[in-house]
Amino acid sequence: MDEREITCIVCPIGCKMLVRTDGTRFELLDGSKCKRGVEYAKSEALDPRRFLTSSVFVEKGEWPLVSVKTTKLIPKDKIVQVLNSIKGARVRAPVKLGQKIIKNIENTGIDIVATKSVKILQI
Amino acid sequence: MINHNVDVAVIGGGPAGLVAAVSAQEHGVKNVLVLDRNSWLGGILPQCIHDGFGVEETGSSMTGPEYAEMYIDMAKKQKISFMNETMVLDFDKKLEITAVNREGLHRIKAKSVVLAMGCREKTRWNVMIPGDRPSGIYTAGVAQSFINLYNIMPGRNIVILGSGDVGLIMARRLKFEGANVKGVVEILPYASGLTRNVVQCLDDYDIPLYLNHTITYIEGCDRLKSVTIARVDENLEVVPGSEEKIECDTLLLSLGLIPENELSKTTGVEIDNVTGGPIVDQFFETSVPGVFACGNCLQVYDTVDVLAKGAKLAGWYAARHAMKQRKDIQKHIQVVAGEGIRHVIPQRICKDGKISFTLRVEKPQQTAKLHLTVDGKEIFIKKLLWINPANMVEIDIDIPDEIIRSKSELEVTIDG
Repeated sequence: MDEREITCIVCPIGCKMLVRTDGTRFELLDGSKCKRGVEYAKSEALDPRRFLTSSVFVEKGEWPLVSVKTTKLIPKDKIVQVLNSIKGARVRAPVKLGQKIIKNIENTGIDIVATKSVKILQI
Repeated sequence: MINHNVDVAVIGGGPAGLVAAVSAQEHGVKNVLVLDRNSWLGGILPQCIHDGFGVEETGSSMTGPEYAEMYIDMAKKQKISFMNETMVLDFDKKLEITAVNREGLHRIKAKSVVLAMGCREKTRWNVMIPGDRPSGIYTAGVAQSFINLYNIMPGRNIVILGSGDVGLIMARRLKFEGANVKGVVEILPYASGLTRNVVQCLDDYDIPLYLNHTITYIEGCDRLKSVTIARVDENLEVVPGSEEKIECDTLLLSLGLIPENELSKTTGVEIDNVTGGPIVDQFFETSVPGVFACGNCLQVYDTVDVLAKGAKLAGWYAARHAMKQRKDIQKHIQVVAGEGIRHVIPQRICKDGKISFTLRVEKPQQTAKLHLTVDGKEIFIKKLLWINPANMVEIDIDIPDEIIRSKSELEVTIDG
């Protein structure tokens, strides 16, 4: 099992916790001050996830891009794959806030949706 | 000259302006007009595509564009009027605004004016970094708008000066777009942004954070070639011999924000030298009757949630003033930022009741006590935990009538 340091993000104190983990087992060695911190360290050690936001090309829109987000937290080790998949996507204006842009991205079961409305460019 | 008559005119259509306009309309005025020089509404929010907006206010974490659209939809439903691509040139103490756009020159007579012009980013010249003047130096917010709105990459090899949240978020954003982020340089011994952002924007992608470091030289003929960083001691003086050159083509500056009040100053609105924003009373009214201020032109807020709380009140009181529901108040007492306090808003109190103070402390402390005193007599005391200049303190306090009538000063202090 590897030892590693995890910085807690639950509150502004930002405790440094020392944990031992191999990806399935988890042991807290030192540094936690509260229950929520331990929970955070455990999830960070065993199944770290991130909320991801980026942008997607828009054709014929008032703006060249529409901002997007993942509908749920995605596994941290999938971030690069998910970003590459987002980079390849295109959508045609008009785009509505909440509109699904990519379904089940990289087989995560999570969708990419628009976080902004983009109208058609009026020339 | 195109003439308009409105109840409440709001200058600036960013988060503060939108929230104030919606609040004014909700409180019964018929005719609210928002003026903004951009072609869009929401100010800086559409380029802040990361999440974390509205957590306190709505209970869910929204992205910037989502938060903006929530208020734009509300405003449109309420039939609030908007003039985009319109530049306000000036306004006077009779609340007559002169503005210009493609249609021509406009004169807008208002019963109340809400100032919501936001703030500006500090530049290289605010901190006087020596060296050449090549291209490739941007403020973090400008780079953010390039990437997130206009699809333009500012560069490939990037150094960021300043570890505020915008700087940290831009480090990750640039990494996502394929740039090589060589490091974030921070003069203080700690990051000024949230721990969450240090972890999720830097640590996650192995971007180095150079604490106790600053940039001492910028080099490049046409395009930026390198920056020289150096360690600083506890007095923030450069340690000789610690210089190190980092090759890069782009430098982003995340150095802090300055409230935008050129317009306020020309009308004679009194400015607080510490906040850089107008001096206001608990009704967010400035020294010019009928002129209210909110958002980042009043003071630079940490989160849109706290900003919106203030803007809601400002909009409400502006509406009340427009409807002449407010009694004339002649006297007021000063609120003074005493020991350990950098600034406090409101700076004036003219009526008793529950008042929401927002303040910043001078230095980080694990525990501290906040005191309110009038004529040496303590009227309020509260223990605070984990205070930091980077985190605004919000506190609601009941101020009794006899204090207003005492004509003394209300002093706010902090001790360990």
